[in-house]
Amino acid sequence: MRMHRRTLLALAVFTGLTAPSMALAADDTVKIGLLATFEGPFTVLGEDGERGAMTAVEEMKGMVAGKKIEIVKGSSDASPDSAVRAARKLVEQDGVKVLVGPLSGDEGIAVKDYAKTQPNVTFINGTSAAQDTTLRNPAENFFRFSTDGAQWMAGLGTYAFKDKGYKKVATVAEDYSFPYTQVFGFMAEFCKAGGHVPSKSWVPIGNKDFSSVIAAIPEDVDAIYVALGGADAVNFLTQYQQGGGTAPLIGGSITVDQTVLTSKGKLKDVLKGTPSAGPTADTNDAPAWKAFVEAYKKQPGAFPSPSLFAHGYYVDMKATLLGLDQVGGDVSDGGKKLRDALSKLSFDTPTGKVSLDKNRNAIADIFLTEVTEGADGNLLNKLVKVVPQVNQTLGIPEDEFMKLGAVNRDNPSCP
Amino acid sequence: MSLLDQPSSSSGLSSGDGMTRGQAWGLVGLLAAAVIAWLVFAVWPDWLNAILISKKAFVSAILNGITLAGLYFLVASGFTLIFGLMRNVNLAHGSLYLLGAYIGYEVTNRTGYWLLGVAAGFAVLAIVGVVMQVFVFRRLEGDDLRQTLVSIGISIVAADLMLAVWAGGTYQITTPEWLDGALTLPVITAVRSNGASVFLTYPLYRVVVLAAAIVIGVGLWLMLHKTRVGMMIRAGVDDRAMLQASGVNVHAVFAIVFAVGAGLAGFAGVVGGSALSVAPGEDVRYLLASLVVVIVGGMGSITGAAIGALLIGLAEQIGLVYFPTYGIVLTFVIMVVTLAVRPQGIMGKAR
Amino acid sequence: MSLAIATDSTTTQRNWLEKLGAGNIILAVALVLYPLVASDFFLTQIGGYSLIFGMLGLSLMLLAGYGGMVSLAQITVAGISAYAIAILGNNNSNILGFGWPWWLAVPFAVLAAALASALIGWISVRTEGIYTIMITLAIATATYYFAQQNYAIFNGHSGYAGIRAPAFWGIGWRDAKPFYYLCLGLAALCYAAVLYGSRSTFGMTLQAIRDNPRRMRALGYHVTAHKVFAWLLSGVIAGLAGVLLVWFNGRVSPGTIGVDAAIDVLIIAVIGGLRHPIGPFLGALVVVLMQTFAIDIVGAERFNTLIGLVFLVIVFVSPDGILGLWGRIKPHLAQESLRPGA
Repeated sequence: MRMHRRTLLALAVFTGLTAPSMALAADDTVKIGLLATFEGPFTVLGEDGERGAMTAVEEMKGMVAGKKIEIVKGSSDASPDSAVRAARKLVEQDGVKVLVGPLSGDEGIAVKDYAKTQPNVTFINGTSAAQDTTLRNPAENFFRFSTDGAQWMAGLGTYAFKDKGYKKVATVAEDYSFPYTQVFGFMAEFCKAGGHVPSKSWVPIGNKDFSSVIAAIPEDVDAIYVALGGADAVNFLTQYQQGGGTAPLIGGSITVDQTVLTSKGKLKDVLKGTPSAGPTADTNDAPAWKAFVEAYKKQPGAFPSPSLFAHGYYVDMKATLLGLDQVGGDVSDGGKKLRDALSKLSFDTPTGKVSLDKNRNAIADIFLTEVTEGADGNLLNKLVKVVPQVNQTLGIPEDEFMKLGAVNRDNPSCP
Repeated sequence: MSLLDQPSSSSGLSSGDGMTRGQAWGLVGLLAAAVIAWLVFAVWPDWLNAILISKKAFVSAILNGITLAGLYFLVASGFTLIFGLMRNVNLAHGSLYLLGAYIGYEVTNRTGYWLLGVAAGFAVLAIVGVVMQVFVFRRLEGDDLRQTLVSIGISIVAADLMLAVWAGGTYQITTPEWLDGALTLPVITAVRSNGASVFLTYPLYRVVVLAAAIVIGVGLWLMLHKTRVGMMIRAGVDDRAMLQASGVNVHAVFAIVFAVGAGLAGFAGVVGGSALSVAPGEDVRYLLASLVVVIVGGMGSITGAAIGALLIGLAEQIGLVYFPTYGIVLTFVIMVVTLAVRPQGIMGKAR
Repeated sequence: MSLAIATDSTTTQRNWLEKLGAGNIILAVALVLYPLVASDFFLTQIGGYSLIFGMLGLSLMLLAGYGGMVSLAQITVAGISAYAIAILGNNNSNILGFGWPWWLAVPFAVLAAALASALIGWISVRTEGIYTIMITLAIATATYYFAQQNYAIFNGHSGYAGIRAPAFWGIGWRDAKPFYYLCLGLAALCYAAVLYGSRSTFGMTLQAIRDNPRRMRALGYHVTAHKVFAWLLSGVIAGLAGVLLVWFNGRVSPGTIGVDAAIDVLIIAVIGGLRHPIGPFLGALVVVLMQTFAIDIVGAERFNTLIGLVFLVIVFVSPDGILGLWGRIKPHLAQESLRPGA
């Protein structure tokens, strides 16, 4: 009897541990994996990304080419390891042939590497914005319809030099790849225009106390370029204000986003007039953008205005669905047709036309903004100008651009 | 004797002779004071500015280091107090800090009174501390390891629940008007071309944090050394069994110590959350800071916590300015060196 | 039936051992045959991954269970060998990558891990038991920060990618089945070594030191040396796990060796049980299954609450983890099975 019980137990355990899930989707559904940060401190961002993706799905009424769209979620904690684990589960266990994600830069590079081992699965980026995901050593089956962190800065360097008249700018940014890319994007133009960057402060990740860093910034700079996100941005700005900082600021894409602008505190005076650039602008009057905001707001828990994560996931999911629509939702050929369709895809998003370059990276419009106080007293990013159709090499010929080298702490440099 | 009479400071250090040593230290002290006074008040020559970036950067780093030390001391003193008496390595101490900060934010935001927020941070966390001690740690008394493991479990659950309630956003606790603004210090950082001196300004709030830390440090010392409860606590640190045997209700003493320790963490949470901001991850940051502070200063010693906090605070800020790349590792280097030279910490007792 | 009799009737030492043997054999056969029924995903993402983290847990169990030293730096030690593989072998991050063959890189990586472990041990055994957990946590964090900031050796926040497991004897060792067997083989080797080692003179001495260091010192044993040697051995196991981990992920970055990962290893070892070397493997299986499938069952958002509560319950109810729970339930099951018709 005992033996019997034990055998049963063992059987139960082993079948539990083996059952390859019934992954093959029924003919009338299309399975799409959605990989974002649903755990850890970035949960809020991941959930907004999901809202963006779902906005795209609902625009198609949940159907593509007559088939029902089934979204399978995968969760990471923003670390590359967990992103790859989640991607593996979606692909190898849940059997998705199309995967949208991930959210952050290093995750993107890791998933791109994984994509190379799964040639029959089509990967479409979420919002990850590292340059090298597509620029160097790209994967044939990884597509990015959202733009990268250097592209986001298009026009800002020139604007700061010419319109604002800043000749010397110090930079403060976190010490990892995404801020390197943003500083690169800003400086590529700013240095070319004739500006100088005498001091770059790279603040280690995890540091929250910026007052000493602020004190060490040379006093003769015309402005300070700040690429810090979330809590770091808030801390920096507070301490800058407390320390009586007077030099005007220039913001990275995540420095002056909604999470920072809406944070409770006394940052208004410091932030007003701060120029920045990114893939979206709060006061975009284009009807397509307004319609998108309305559609986005129908999602449960939506912010007053979609974050750039909602926007990025929307654009990438929308592209995925358009591509699937063109091939009749058929990925039975290992996704070959779908990838051909995606490569050639060019479509209008709420933020203008998007198409892909030969590395499957987006060419899209970038928005130059400035922080202003809205009618209700809230801060928002006012659209200053649209920089049309920015490509990954920022308008610089490719071979010249590649000569600039990979982004790092010291590249570029123009002291 | 003749050797001891040599008036050099080095022999003073190595000798046991009181007079000579006193004189030597006095001389060194005077010299140091003169150098510091010059460093503080005079305008620096260019070569010194070149080495240390700028006088403003250097003096700010020192001041920031000292005020940060104040904050670290507030967090670490509770940790070290709890360990000293109960041998309980409470790895949920960082969670107490973060919870205090969130509570301080909620109360300040709803009532509009910052001081009320600070008081709530202390009071609520003191209660949480007592609850933890009575319902969790008392059950595992004498089992150091399980107590520590339980505190890890609590910190995991607490971090996740706080993430659920307050999401991943950044909160700033609004400080009242009278704490805003900057102090002008009598420190000349530069002289303008028209001859006017530029004085260093420093945020008033940070000075207040430091003052609060000093007041609380002195208060703790007085409590430990001048009150009956303090006497019991000190006795308990030295020999718990004996204290119990002499008829003292040790559980009451434990509960008081836990309340004070956890309350201080909550207090520090509100104060620190007002200086910087409140966000997920701060719990681990302050837990690690307190760990390093008490390992360096010596477990169970309030004075040690103060010394450790000062060392770590200064190292962190100076590192951030002068070698940002490895500045964050510097504090850990100090820890490892301390462990190698003096395993029980600077003020710790060998056990 | 015969097995039931063996368990239930007499409980002499000999019979107990026999039963243990039977259990082990069943387990071994099941593990070897597992690839026949499992999908590739279950083989590597569940099977291989559990075995790797089981080995990490085992390296901690060796220290904690036999030596009374609870370390939070096991993932750091594994990380050192993982980084060593990336640096000595090949990677596609364009930094370092000496291109050594695997048979040269692996021993060096494991050696580096073992030495690092011994060093961490030497630093932390200078103080009293409970300090170890704090000191190792601080060391783990320091290594994490250092790896994140250093580009010359660790390639900073991005770390190394494109690390491939070797292919030899015509087998690609990162393919599902070979990789599973590789993990299983190494895990079984480490498991047997720990089991054997615990009964050796050294193992006995270590356990005696755990129970009464003062007496052992008085008896003339070099307490510190024994402890540091235990760290060295544990470093070998963690180092091997690190090699498998970097082959498994194909990459290593500071996130791999962060505080969360350090605490995961502790959770695994404690949930499984620190009394017997099989515990960490059980714990790893439970945690990996929960981690992988939580999103389908309860949603990923509150996964940490779930795992934290399980951890708390285990620490409270059964200090010996799942093994301890099993030990308590077993007698009840035995009772039941004696009843007719059960």
